[in-house]
Amino acid sequence: MNGLSLAFSEAFSLLAGFDHRVAEIVLLSLQVSGLAVLFGTLIGLPLGACLGVGRFPGRQVLVVLLNGCMGLPSVVVGVVVYLILSRSGPLGEFGLLYSATAMVIAQTFLVVPLMAAIARQVVEDAWRDYEEELTAMRFRWFDSVRVLLHDCRHSLMVAVLAGLGRAMSEVGAVMIVGGNIDRSTRVMTTAIALETSKGDLPLAIALGTVLLGVILLLNAVAYVLRQWATRRYA
Amino acid sequence: MFPLRVSDLRWHAAGRAVLDGLSLELGGEGITILLGPNGAGKSVFLRTLCGLLEPDAGHIDWGGAARPEFGVAMVFQQPKMLRDSLLGNVELALRPLKVPAAERQARARAVLERVGLLHRARDSARSLSGGERQRLALARAWVTRPRLLLLDEPTASLDPSSVEAIERIVREIRTEGTRILMTTHNLGQATRLADDVVFIDAGRVCEHAPVQRFFARPASPAARLYIQGELPWRMAF
Ligand SMILES: Nc1ncnc2c1ncn2[C@@H]1O[C@H](COP(=O)(O)OP(=O)(O)OP(=O)(O)O)[C@@H](O)[C@H]1O
Ligand SMILES: [Mg+2]
Repeated sequence: MNGLSLAFSEAFSLLAGFDHRVAEIVLLSLQVSGLAVLFGTLIGLPLGACLGVGRFPGRQVLVVLLNGCMGLPSVVVGVVVYLILSRSGPLGEFGLLYSATAMVIAQTFLVVPLMAAIARQVVEDAWRDYEEELTAMRFRWFDSVRVLLHDCRHSLMVAVLAGLGRAMSEVGAVMIVGGNIDRSTRVMTTAIALETSKGDLPLAIALGTVLLGVILLLNAVAYVLRQWATRRYA
Repeated sequence: MFPLRVSDLRWHAAGRAVLDGLSLELGGEGITILLGPNGAGKSVFLRTLCGLLEPDAGHIDWGGAARPEFGVAMVFQQPKMLRDSLLGNVELALRPLKVPAAERQARARAVLERVGLLHRARDSARSLSGGERQRLALARAWVTRPRLLLLDEPTASLDPSSVEAIERIVREIRTEGTRILMTTHNLGQATRLADDVVFIDAGRVCEHAPVQRFFARPASPAARLYIQGELPWRMAF
């Protein structure tokens, strides 16, 4: 057996045996990215919806900025959050650098613009449809935002899944602010990067497989959800 | 809110006068039908009345009061429904009125029953046919118990039995004391429903007359032509 197939077979025995190292890393990844997306949902979706409905000076500039931030390089976000959390930074006194909390913060910064931009587009399209009806019913714009967030819930679920996908798969931000410390801030992507460079291919392959599986699963869920919503609400 | 006095309403779009000095007075009861050719400004006038458009000039006097915040409901030519159940869509209209949630549902169910859609209360509103959708739109407006109900071609592209169902509902709403102002291109419908007819052409009122008088002896040439254009077709049967 050559080296590569050996690495693969070891990787799968790691997975099949529910290796605790693998499990720990996967769990932390899910926790960090899950929390970031939770905050992203609470901040990003309403923010995007307000931008989609509101009409105020400077709105177009904000929309362009937001769309630009969708593809924000994760290392840049990492550096910015690093500067904020480092000893001499504005939030340095809390000593959050190289903690899971720091990673959650960095990933939140990463997913909020992405989720807000998607929500803005979705809600703005719906608003174009409903504006006259809701205005004639005397909805104030803030209540319209609430109605539209609910009405677009299925499309917005896609925004949530997109956020989760982005958070799970990014490596730059968590690497910089988390430091990839074993058993405390090592997540799937940073572990893969490290193990590959060390030459420990089985662990890297095992984690890569899980990561790929999670991303595929998210996409499958998004697809099924869309299908269901289309059938249910035509 | 009544008498509603509209005086010299003007509204321009793309350098063209759409409302061109429209004046009208409406008493507090009955069904008034707005007639007029395509593009006459009927829909724009209804939009102005429910506050969606600010006129460039002119004045609307709501029985001596300022524009009422509530009490005017509108059914659009193409009503939009939320991705929600029928019940959810009707309840929606009660939210700005701050009706308590428990009462909302009871009122929504009652009104769905009256438009014959209660058995579908939990279905998706997006799955309705054109006629059912219009009835749902009427229910959504009716549930707010408006003083003035504006209907923009509520029976356009509906089959005869759906038209009849809508007309029955409109009469019922009127019986409960709601003032109705509606547009249609169906002259038979105008004779069946109207107490009086307002004929609009090129953004102004050409004629405002009781329904029999209007169809027997239209005073304005424009109205005469409009009726003649429609009637020969209807009489071919
Ligand atoms: N938002 C707008 N911007 C520009 N022009 C408009 C706008 N709304 C209406 N118009 C124009 O105003 C004119 C009157 O439109 P309106 O919809 O009131 O006609 P209508 O009497 O309701 O006709 P129909 O019987 O076909 O429904 C039309 O020529 C239309 O193009
Ligand atoms: Mg019209």
